[in-house]
Amino acid sequence: MTELLFFVEVVVAGLLAGTMYSLVALGFVLIYKASSTFNFAQGAMVFFAVLAFVGFMELGLPFFLAFIVTILLMGLVGYCTERLVLKPLMNQSEDTLLMATIGLGFVLEGLAQAAWGVEVRRLDLGIGDFPIQWIIDTFGLFVSALDLTAGLVAASLILGLSVLFKYTKMGLGLRAVADDPGAASSIGIPLNNIMLLVWTAAGVVALVAGMMWGARAGVQFALVDLALKALPVLIIGGFSSIPGAIVGGLIIGATEKVLEVYIGPYFGGAIEGWAPYVLAIFFLLYRPEGLFGEKIIRRV
Amino acid sequence: MTQERRFPIGSPILEVKNVSLSFGGVKAITNASFSILTHEIKAIIGPNGAGKSSMLNCINGIYKPQQGSIIFKNELLSKVNPNLIAKKGISRTFQNLALFKRMSVLDNILIGRRLHMNANFIQVAFQTNKARKEEIENRKKCEEIIEFLEIDDIKNTPVGKLPYGLQKKVELGRALATEAEVLLLDEPMAGMNVEEKREMCRFILKVNDEIGTTMVLIEHDMGVVMDISDNVVVLDYGKTLADGPPSEIRANQDVIDAYLGVAHD
Amino acid sequence: MKSNKIFMEYTKNDLINFLLLMIISLLIIPITVKSGYWYSSILIPWLCLALASIGQQIVMGYAGQLALGAAGFMAAGAFACYNLILRVPDIPFFVALALSGLIAAAFGILFGLPSLRVRGIYLMVATLASQFFIVWMIDKFGWFKNYDSSGIITAQDIVIMGKSFTSPLEMYLVIVFVVTVLTLLAINMARGSTGRNWMAVRDMDIAAESMGISLLRTKLQAFAISAFYCGVAGALFAFTYLKSLEPVAFDIKLSFKILFMVILGGLGTISGAFIGAAFILLFPVLLNSIGNNVFHGAIDATIISSIEQVVFGVLIIIFMIYEPLGMAKLWDNIRLKFKKR
Repeated sequence: MTELLFFVEVVVAGLLAGTMYSLVALGFVLIYKASSTFNFAQGAMVFFAVLAFVGFMELGLPFFLAFIVTILLMGLVGYCTERLVLKPLMNQSEDTLLMATIGLGFVLEGLAQAAWGVEVRRLDLGIGDFPIQWIIDTFGLFVSALDLTAGLVAASLILGLSVLFKYTKMGLGLRAVADDPGAASSIGIPLNNIMLLVWTAAGVVALVAGMMWGARAGVQFALVDLALKALPVLIIGGFSSIPGAIVGGLIIGATEKVLEVYIGPYFGGAIEGWAPYVLAIFFLLYRPEGLFGEKIIRRV
Repeated sequence: MTQERRFPIGSPILEVKNVSLSFGGVKAITNASFSILTHEIKAIIGPNGAGKSSMLNCINGIYKPQQGSIIFKNELLSKVNPNLIAKKGISRTFQNLALFKRMSVLDNILIGRRLHMNANFIQVAFQTNKARKEEIENRKKCEEIIEFLEIDDIKNTPVGKLPYGLQKKVELGRALATEAEVLLLDEPMAGMNVEEKREMCRFILKVNDEIGTTMVLIEHDMGVVMDISDNVVVLDYGKTLADGPPSEIRANQDVIDAYLGVAHD
Repeated sequence: MKSNKIFMEYTKNDLINFLLLMIISLLIIPITVKSGYWYSSILIPWLCLALASIGQQIVMGYAGQLALGAAGFMAAGAFACYNLILRVPDIPFFVALALSGLIAAAFGILFGLPSLRVRGIYLMVATLASQFFIVWMIDKFGWFKNYDSSGIITAQDIVIMGKSFTSPLEMYLVIVFVVTVLTLLAINMARGSTGRNWMAVRDMDIAAESMGISLLRTKLQAFAISAFYCGVAGALFAFTYLKSLEPVAFDIKLSFKILFMVILGGLGTISGAFIGAAFILLFPVLLNSIGNNVFHGAIDATIISSIEQVVFGVLIIIFMIYEPLGMAKLWDNIRLKFKKR
């Protein structure tokens, strides 16, 4: 029984950590849907956003104001990216765009460090990384308050975004743009506004993911490597699917934790570092389009 | 074309039997059958969406038909893979140009010689006698083709920079370089003006006459089709509607109906 | 583009260039450059990383497969070389080096397998697996590090035919020899049918297949040869530049660096590998000396390295927009302009 409980704990911790991957992956998906670009810089955006946020707090801005200012800043970053990077590369191959966004990632990481320094910052959200007594009493499970908060925040954010894109006019516009940008703009959908909205949304998602991670492990450069794990998430979930990003994140989160706890010790641990990528390879071999992606038919 | 042919039309070299192909429920080809005779020029015609390109893709091994069989030189093409089919002696061009854009014209045509070059990468790396000899021989062959197609002045230009008509020519050159027994030409004259078309026809006829290559071509220009082909097969909605020499096809009521857009019932 | 070949496939220009380079690297540099700093901090790492860039160039610039894991293969080569010299008595250095390359090539084939199914970013993620897995494996299995617990192992001295090559100049000469031979082989492959097949797969895979090129063989071959070059480069890098073996030296940052060298240097050219490596290596040196000499250390070193990152990123974006074929192409264009005048 205790073994089963322990297993459940491991899975729950994995799932909650996985929501973080989902969040980063979600940012990827949003931008992929709006401008068919694999935005490799999404991980750097996480780092940039949370470092900016901490920087604004250090300037004396209150929590809420710092949050708003950071989001505005992320909107600006998105606008500049759209204007200066993506637009000039409009008809280039996917690979070229991808390389350009790798460059963009480096720019953002460098700018963030130049502006706010490289030392590890502490970010205190007022939620400790300790188990919640109530859950221990009721279920006998040890679940960290921070993990749970992160999970809940991520879930509500994902829910909010889904509603926004499903039921609002903007969301409809976005779906039209994702389908055919040319046609969408010719029937009067304001392309620029939608792009700005999407980039800002991706910025919000990045900021929240960064805050949650930063609260646990400190705001530091390692966030970029963690965010890289959103890539296998996307392969599992499919690049254009919001539910895919969520489920993919949960799968990666749970699997890597379970593997680390049960198999890791036999190999000296730290298999979390590569397990998601190997898992992604297996998905690539058996279902290259991802769980929720559309089947790719090779046409000539 | 009244004079004696150097390579008279012979027995079937390629037989398409009851082939059906669909993409997730959408039928592209339905039970199509026809055969291609050795040394002939065969045209496949039909309205847009008739499954002509899909048919070539089946023969060439890019698509795998769900039903039916394709027989080449009395051998069933069962293992579907373009590079194996190429090795058996079938080469092709593509409808929307499939050239190697960043490579020069000469290099593109040299790729056509791929199956005539056997040096492995170690021999190439160390430039052994074998590697050097085959490189020189095959380059010579390609120079001949370049001369034949009259594209000498552009042979070092990356093909991506060439106008459409020239690219079509390069693609024909690449297919010719393979010296395959059967060439599948998917709309070799699409988008060309009258003069360019006439030139292309001349090349096709000349190759057929001089080397005896069997040609299968898809073409929309009926004038061209009736002029250069020995036999014509008409596909409509994935079915074979008619098969025979141009004069017969021209008089066939079904074909006329299909082309004039008489409603199907 | 005249084809007046006078020796094998080489034109007169090729031979003149080659002789010039050899005279510079084997005579002029050893005679004029006396400071060890130039050898051990600039020339040696430059040549090692240029060799790894050739590897990246083969798989990415020629075969068009977006791989991001060069450092993983370098690690495989470095530790293979260490273990071969450690465990095989009297193994000649060059044999150990070649075998290290082959071991890395085996990893290259294994982790190149996903390229048969996917491309672009999908492939990139799959190759990241090799990066993380190889470095992890070396780190976690004590055997690879000869159960050294300190984490940093000193590399053995390079001994060739009884003579040890330990001074910066001596090590430089060893590297020049290896890099020259491997570069020539790479040029031969790139210009010959091997390279043509790679480029055909890169430019239009279905057409390549229809011409009788086996995608399976061609892609895996490119991955294997690429990993071979990275493996040899990794061994040289560890034995002559780092002078130690530690898995963390081959982390993803190094892979990105090599990727940048290839992108900025120019995809699909061997010279691009050398140009890109020189730029990525020298630019920080330049930036640092500006920091020290112009601002007299008033700018924090971390700020300088951040600026360096921004500059690399911006340059990549600019090159992608204006000259996707990188500095090698830029250089060609400049030369052509001068010739026209």
